[in-house]
Amino acid sequence: MSKPKVGFYWCASCGGCEEAVVDLAEDILKVVEAVDIVFWPVALDFKRSDVEALRDGELAACFVNGAIRTSEQEEMAELLRRKSQLLIAFGSCSHLGGVPGLANLWDRQAIFDYVYKEAPSVTNPEGVVPQEQTKLGSNGYTLTLPSFRDSVRTLDQTVEVDYYLPGCPPPVKLIVNAVTAILENKLPPKGTVLAPDKALCEECPRKLTKPDKLALKELKRPHQTLIDPEKCLLAQGLLCLGPATRSGCGAPCVSANMPCTGCLGPTSRVKDYGAKALSAIASLIDSEDEREIAALMEQIVDPVGTFYRYSLPASLLHRRIRNLSSSSAKPAKANSPDEVW
Amino acid sequence: MTREIVIDPITRLEGHGKIDIFLDAKGNVERAFFQVPELRGFEKFAVGRPAEDMPQITSRICGVCPTAHHMAATKALDDLYKVEPPSAAKKIRELVYSTFYVEDHALHFFFLGGPDFVVGPTAPKAQRNILGVLGKVGLEIGREVIGVRKQLRDLISLAGGKVIHPVFGLPGGISKALTEEDREKFIAGAERAVKFGLFSLEIFHDVVLKNKQYVETITSEAYTHRTYYMGLVDEQNRVNFYDGQLRVVDPNGKEFLKFKAQEYLAHIAEHVEPWSYIKFCYLKDVGWKGFVDGPESGVYSVAPLARLNAAEGMATPKAQEAYTEFYKTLGGKPVHHTLANHWARLIELLYAAERMHELANDPEITSPNVRTIPTATPKEGIGVVEAPRGTLIHHYQTDEKGLITKANLIVATQNNAARIAMSVDKAARSVIKNGKVDDGVLNLVEIAFRAYDPCHGCATHALPGQMPLIVRVYDSQKNLLRELRRD
Repeated sequence: MSKPKVGFYWCASCGGCEEAVVDLAEDILKVVEAVDIVFWPVALDFKRSDVEALRDGELAACFVNGAIRTSEQEEMAELLRRKSQLLIAFGSCSHLGGVPGLANLWDRQAIFDYVYKEAPSVTNPEGVVPQEQTKLGSNGYTLTLPSFRDSVRTLDQTVEVDYYLPGCPPPVKLIVNAVTAILENKLPPKGTVLAPDKALCEECPRKLTKPDKLALKELKRPHQTLIDPEKCLLAQGLLCLGPATRSGCGAPCVSANMPCTGCLGPTSRVKDYGAKALSAIASLIDSEDEREIAALMEQIVDPVGTFYRYSLPASLLHRRIRNLSSSSAKPAKANSPDEVW
Repeated sequence: MTREIVIDPITRLEGHGKIDIFLDAKGNVERAFFQVPELRGFEKFAVGRPAEDMPQITSRICGVCPTAHHMAATKALDDLYKVEPPSAAKKIRELVYSTFYVEDHALHFFFLGGPDFVVGPTAPKAQRNILGVLGKVGLEIGREVIGVRKQLRDLISLAGGKVIHPVFGLPGGISKALTEEDREKFIAGAERAVKFGLFSLEIFHDVVLKNKQYVETITSEAYTHRTYYMGLVDEQNRVNFYDGQLRVVDPNGKEFLKFKAQEYLAHIAEHVEPWSYIKFCYLKDVGWKGFVDGPESGVYSVAPLARLNAAEGMATPKAQEAYTEFYKTLGGKPVHHTLANHWARLIELLYAAERMHELANDPEITSPNVRTIPTATPKEGIGVVEAPRGTLIHHYQTDEKGLITKANLIVATQNNAARIAMSVDKAARSVIKNGKVDDGVLNLVEIAFRAYDPCHGCATHALPGQMPLIVRVYDSQKNLLRELRRD
């Protein structure tokens, strides 16, 4: 019997998920022994036409990382969906929208205006902006560029997804477990996130220092305080998102003495990660006084960037609705003249 | 002329690019365009975020060199809060950064760019990859490449939290000190890295420099541009990846500029073309004169070859020896041959390994004092490092709470964008004659950009969206003759 065929593909991503696969190091040789990798652009010379030539469902599994922004990525997602028995959203961007999903706070126009006209290093007196089609000189060459959607979307907002591998990037251990589960045909029900379904605090090396009842009196930003390397970060007043975040990473950020920022997303019982994280933190506030509570919440200086850092596109909010032209999009602060901008 | 459209894979590039080649009536190249068809929005969505989150947010620009963005952002935060990190913190940052350099340069030489030379520029495409390299140099060395990268990446995780998207950088220092046990691990890693650096250079000597034809290709006019070069240097004008001043030499190798990162806007500007999403950096002091080289054109180059050209030597003994030999072999400074980047990269790998060894053995490296708590009101901060692919500048302005109001990033590949476009055009003109185009010929065009190790993930930090690399060849009637693509 021939080996099952597997593919890897990237959409709007940073390449970190590809590196995470390379970080399997010698384990990748075991994977290669068990399956035929028939599509993996970053490392192997197979191409889109090879995928198109496959029978529908011929790929046993395909792992897709990155969010969806362009029409080309939509086409690839649809093609790979059709060719794959199992489609796995790989990493935060594909799973929840990821850090680049924060671009949903702006629109295409605002980004273009800033990048090509307003940035301080740009010299662009004629206001040139990249065009989808450019005719050059009298020779009439036409050069084309792809267009972009206004919003970043997750993979499952584009096509049906069977499983999710969470994390930015997914921890190597979870990748190995997922591949093993596929090979041994021991997969949980469709739609499952392939990671332990409990909060990070459960596997945190500082678990024993977490008080039975956490009582937040003030919040500190990491640069403002010397952080005790042994003690529960929330007990030190640092905004650690461990209580709201799925485990499975082994808490490497906490081991480096920094708070969890929530890249593995929520457990299965939660629909909207940011709302859950916000409510988890709010429930720890040690006060009944509205003004005190408001003052403490003020110390969370960037709620959307803090609670939705990896999940804005997947959230109930999805994107900022108000149409932001580049002029109205500027925060009030930025309108004041200053020496550089 | 045939109208056959051939689809082929094009590979070994981080991120995505597109080349359009237009032929004249005789089938010679009229002009070749190197386009970057993607863009993301990091500078825009940084606005409103707390400055101290920038090291972790901007690292998501690139998962291949997250440590570079993490470090440039962290240094910008030092400047933003006008805070001096304790000496041990700076040394640990540089130790981690040197470790990262070794594994990253190794990735390029063995997996991405090296196959062109170790296996051969016009070898069958099925062999021009890591497997071909292993076939040529042996499986044992292959295991060593995988093994040394794993060991070094584990060290970055040990100190930085995660190797892909580290978390340890803070304004005024780092989040965690190193223990004596950690030091031992770094020393072991550094010793292996130095050996690895030396034998990588040996491989380069044996396989590339002893092959007359390869050397002729490297030094040929098709792959030569006489531009300015930029790189960070220490007080003695030696190459430094972590800190120092930016030094620019002119096409004759004479010092043209030397400035602090904080002055970058006086010297670096970005030009916009309608046909690419990448912006093209140039020297303001010279001006944008189009895609041309020479002293009258503000086009400059960064990354390994540029760094060696912009400096007067290396700060460690074995790398200095290799540096001297490099210029002796290639006819003195500066070297303008784009493909010499591969050799320069290995000299830098050796320097990074030696520097790692020095720092790991530094008595101060295990000092518990790794934080200075910032007290100033933040306003504006600029940080610079040499990313493996070139000079990387992060520039932030904030409100008094330290929330970003403006961000500007000059990333490595952008500095090289104009010269890369010129290199692709010149290589295409040199190797495509009378309409004759095959895979080997097109790879001779590809190697022109691959030598820079361009990272379009980084270069297009500005909308999410990635596209494949496509090469299209058109005849004089603008009919598409061939299309080669990597999806």
